This record gives sequence, C-alpha cells and structure tokens, in this order.
Amino acid sequence: MAGWTRRVFAGAAAAALMAFGASAAQAQIKIGAVLSVTGPASFLGDPSKKTLEIYVEQINAAGGINGQRLQLIIYDDGGDANQARTFATRLIEDDKIVAMVGGSTTGTTMAMIPLFEEARIPFISLGGAIQIIDPVRAYTFKTPHTDRMACEKIFQDLQRRRLTNIAMISGTDGFGASMHDQCVAVAPRYGVTIAHTERYGPRDSDMTPQLTNIRNRQGVQAVVNAGFGQGPAIVTRNYAQLQVPHPLYQSHGVASKQFIDLAGDAANGVRLPASALLVASMLPDSDPQKSVVVNYARTFEQKTGQPVSTFGGHAYDGLMILVEAIKKAGADPRKIRDAIEATRGFMGTAGVVNMSATDHMGLDLTAFRMLEIRNRDWTIVPEGGS
Amino acid sequence: MTSHSPDIAAPPAAGLLARLASGKLAVLLVLALLVAVPPLFFPSGFYYRVGAIVWILAIATIGLNLLMGFAGQVSLGHAGFLGIGAYAVALLPSRYGIHGIAAMVIGAALSAFIAWVAGRPILRLRGHYLAVATLGFGILIAMVLTNEQWLTGGPDGMRVPRLVLFDWPVRGSDTWYWIGGGAMLIAAWLALNLVDSPTGRALRAIHDSEVAARVIGVDVARYKLAAFVISAVYASVAGSLLAFFDGHITPDAAGFLRSVELVTMVVIGGMGSVVGSVIGTLVIVVLPQTLTFLSDYKHIMVGAFIMLFMIFLRAGIVPSLAALVRRRG
Repeated sequence: MAGWTRRVFAGAAAAALMAFGASAAQAQIKIGAVLSVTGPASFLGDPSKKTLEIYVEQINAAGGINGQRLQLIIYDDGGDANQARTFATRLIEDDKIVAMVGGSTTGTTMAMIPLFEEARIPFISLGGAIQIIDPVRAYTFKTPHTDRMACEKIFQDLQRRRLTNIAMISGTDGFGASMHDQCVAVAPRYGVTIAHTERYGPRDSDMTPQLTNIRNRQGVQAVVNAGFGQGPAIVTRNYAQLQVPHPLYQSHGVASKQFIDLAGDAANGVRLPASALLVASMLPDSDPQKSVVVNYARTFEQKTGQPVSTFGGHAYDGLMILVEAIKKAGADPRKIRDAIEATRGFMGTAGVVNMSATDHMGLDLTAFRMLEIRNRDWTIVPEGGS
Repeated sequence: MTSHSPDIAAPPAAGLLARLASGKLAVLLVLALLVAVPPLFFPSGFYYRVGAIVWILAIATIGLNLLMGFAGQVSLGHAGFLGIGAYAVALLPSRYGIHGIAAMVIGAALSAFIAWVAGRPILRLRGHYLAVATLGFGILIAMVLTNEQWLTGGPDGMRVPRLVLFDWPVRGSDTWYWIGGGAMLIAAWLALNLVDSPTGRALRAIHDSEVAARVIGVDVARYKLAAFVISAVYASVAGSLLAFFDGHITPDAAGFLRSVELVTMVVIGGMGSVVGSVIGTLVIVVLPQTLTFLSDYKHIMVGAFIMLFMIFLRAGIVPSLAALVRRRG
C-alpha cells in the first residue's frame, strides 16, 4: 500500500475510533463515574461506588453487553465541585467515555453538566435536586426522586389524615434548604398551609427552643422536618421530650436504620416517604418492584457486608438504565442518549422509570412508599386509608 | 539579612551570571517557559484544564507568599477572599448586568477593603493571632455563602455567566490555559517588583525580626497590613478567574480546606520564592491527578509525598534545590 493511502486509511480509522469512542475497537465500552467517595458527602458516594463496581463485574462475568466488556472508570471528587469538573474533563477528553453515571451531589452535578452537554455525552446524575432536570437538558438525566416529590408524598398523606395546618422545621444544609423551598412551592396545590417555620444549623445539638415555639403555636396540626444527618434524629428526640401532640413527618433524607438507632423509641409513630428498598422484605409478593429491590439489597449486603442504602440504589438504577440503552443503541453516545430518553417501564430500586423528552427522571409519586416507624422498625402505611 | 529567597535576592558578589540567573527577568523567563512549553506535549484538553487551574491558583499562592514569605504572617482564611472574588463575578453580572471584568475589579476592591478593615486591628498583634483571626474570617465567609441561599444559591452553588471580551465569549480549556498563564506572569512580575522595592525590603526586615525592623524605623503594622491587603487582592482575582473558568461556583471555593491547601502550596514550594509558589501549586494540583490509579490509597500517597517534601526539602522545593545547586556548583 502506498504511503499516503495507508496514512489516509489510518486517519479514517482514527476518526472512526473518535466517533464511536476508543472502546469500540478494543471490544470494550468505557463508562465513567465521578463520585464523592470521600469528604462530607461520602455517605452518598461510597455506596454508589461499591454498587457500580459490583454490578460492572457481574455484567462482565456474564459476557458483557452485546459481547463487549464494560470498562468502568471512577474518580473521587471529595465533594468539591471544582475537582468534579476536572475529573469530568478527564473522563471526556482523556478517557473518552461513552456515558457517565454519577455526580453524587447537586453541586458537583451542576458544575459538570455544561461539559457533558457540550461534548454530547449522556450523563445520568445521582444528585437530588430538581434543578438538575428542570429545565430539561438534552444529555442530562437523573435517577433519585426529587425533594419536591417527597413533599408531595407527605402532603398526600396529610390530605388522607385531613390535616391542613402544618409547621416546618428545616436544616440549613443543602438538602434541608432545598426541600424546604420545594415544600413551600407545592403546599398550596394540596391545600396545605405552612403556618410556622423554624430552622436549625446542621451541627446544632439541641432543637428544644424551635420545637417549643412550634408547640406553642395555635392551630398547627402536624410538623414536617426537612433535613438529613443527625439533625432530624435530635429533632425527633426533642419532639418526644417536649411531648408535642401532633404527628411528625421526616423526609427521605433520614431513610436509614441509623436514624432509628439515633432517635431510639422517640421515633415511634414518625412517618416518612422512602424508597421501597428499605422495606424490601416486607413488600407483598404481588408487588412488581419486590424482586428488583430484594435482589439488589441481597447482592449489596453480601458483597460489602454493609446495610443497603437508597443512595447505592440510585447508582444501580443509573447503571442499569444505561446498560439497557447500550444494549439497544451500541456504543455511540448520541444513540445512547436517545435510548435513555426512550426508557419505558424500567423497574429500578427507586420505582418505575418512564423517561420522555420532557421528563429526564421518569419517576412518579408511586415510587415513594409512606413508612411509619413502629417498635424501632419500618412498617408500610397502606395507601388506601391512613 | 539572610537570603531566604534565592530566586530574587542574590548577593551582588555572586557574579554576573548568577545575577542574571536570579534576576527578575530570569525568573519571569523561567515561568514563561513553564507556561509555553508543556502544551507542545499535551495529548488532550484535560491537560489544558489542569494547567489552567495551576496557573490561576498560583496567582493566589504568589499573593499569599507575599504575606507568609515576606511579611512573616500566616493567613488560614485566604480562601475567603477567593470566595469573594468568585461570587463577585457570579452575582454582579447576573443580577446587576455589570460586565465580568468590572465585577472582577469590584470583587478585588471589596476584598482589599475587607482585608484592610479586618487587618487593621489584627495585624497590630503578633504571633498566631493573625492565623486564628483569619481562620475565623474564612469560616465566616464560607458560612455566609452557604446560608444566604436567596443570594448565593446555598450549598448547591450558582452559575457563573460566561466572560465576554469584545463580543467574544471566552470558552475552552485551552483559551483559559493561556489567559491563566498570562495572568499568572503578570501577577509574578508585579510581585517581583514589589519584593525589589523599599516596601519589599521592609517586609523582609519584618520577617527576619520585627524588633530589629522597628528599631530601624519600619512601621511594622502598616507594612504587614499592606502585605495582607495585596495578598487578598491576589486571591480575589484568582477566585474570579476560577469562577469564570468553571462556570459554576459552590461555597467549597471559600472553604477551610481550600485555605489550608493554599498554605500548603506556599510552604511546599518555598516561602519567599515566587517560582516556589508556582511550583508548589503545580505539585499540589497535579499530584492527586497522577495518583488516581491508586484509587483508595490515593489520599495516603498524597500525604506521604507532602511529608517527604517537607522532610527532605525543608525550606520548600525551589529554595532547597537552589541551595543544593549552589553548594555543588
């Protein structure tokens, strides 16, 4: 072959490689993840990392996707948005991934979105806030429920119990502040009036003053606590000590066994919206979600020896939605994007996912179960009555 | 006066060559080569991004080094000024339609003013008071940025409008690499001039002995304040550039860890050395990127490297190596 033809051929081959991602030629599909494995958000990033590693290994052991192995590249941003953006650049420019699962927090996700939109690489975020998918961006998706949905689920339950006047007590951390705003925004739609508002710092160790204000406020019928970490546990304990007579609602942010351990018997009677994952074994066999959540919970607990968390579940959902999309579309990022958007009836740990051009999360309120804590354990509140 | 800053203050007797090699021009030339040569070997845009971050953060480090290496004061809240600069260019253009460059200047002026007001009482004190006071100041700024959600978007941060220069939207890691590199060279040039001026000599006198400096008529508090204000402006400008480059800013930029990182960069690179500031920044930014293959053990190795640097290159990378070369030669 003449020198120049060989060069042209090589050039064309290289161009083709670029277009399909360098992975195609090596029969490998490269996917990436930027997670907050260490730092203040490690409780989000750590179970996600373990989940992705476990399932990518499983998929490869079973022969990969369409005969191609998955190669997973994970970087730890330590919860820092600037680092996240650097690693996202690295995944796109250097590692040449075809899609990405991750971005543990809303902050890191928002910092990375422009890069993926510009590079036209699908990005399935594990961040919570609604601003990730609202407005809808072509290449950005997310798997966790939004805090607005948690508010709506709580308000639905209030409607069933015929309670309309509530007080809110919210943490000033990212989660608490965001959920508070979303609850205020959707309250009128459910005929709920937020009659009183209190706040506490994420590291406060006593919420008695705020709760005393709430107890003394006339007309309050229920209390909603938006927050995560140890704050809600302290709120719950103080709430019981002050013997506030109204029902107390917590958010999905405390949906872990650890919360019950911290709050102790004070947690009895507390209600909260949570994903089915927490009550996997209690679901009736007729529940279509049961097999997915039971399998995930068993796999995670066996492989890591740690209790399952909803945050790892979000990573499972993201990875599986992506895997389904790659099965249909191959390794071209644009086609993967279209396939993700076309996801219908996918059963994940967070619920049924039906994506569309206007909804890049695809979950509805049935994804949440209303739980009540009784005798230091979860029970499912029947959706029919109260 | 001891020469703790070999790249800027060589004794005149060391010969023409040595003077050339340690002159202002030589330092700038070294830094210019450091900016210009590596891109020839960059395989992808990712390297431009890391490079741009190094040059931008180096501006803050050079400024902090003026305070630490010359005035002998430690600031543990310098990321606070970084945060002020960053949020100035995020807030002013989007809320009040002020041009990005003007916003950067306003941010720098605000940082200077805050440093001046906060520094006046603090810098009359000696020893660790400044360190403690700046520590509190930095945390205060980070708390305001986190809690004032209506203004700053809270912990999730806010978007930064793209910088537009003469109808040309500035974008791309490679563009920012050259902007960052250029800004860093200007910052270094200004710092070198300052160090060479009577103010610089007064600062070094304070660093070596406050008592002696006072005896020869140096207004210690005033010069310390000047160094603090200048270093705050450097950090603020770096914060603005970083925010423009990232396009999204979170309160982490002003966090305590970022402040500690800046101090580490100064100490690792070498106190009182402008080149050292840049090298220190380079090491701290690039090291975690090169060690990612260690995954779970990355943080241990980064720590171990920093300890090794401190044990074997005690005066900082650049001054220690310069001393070594001088002894051999």
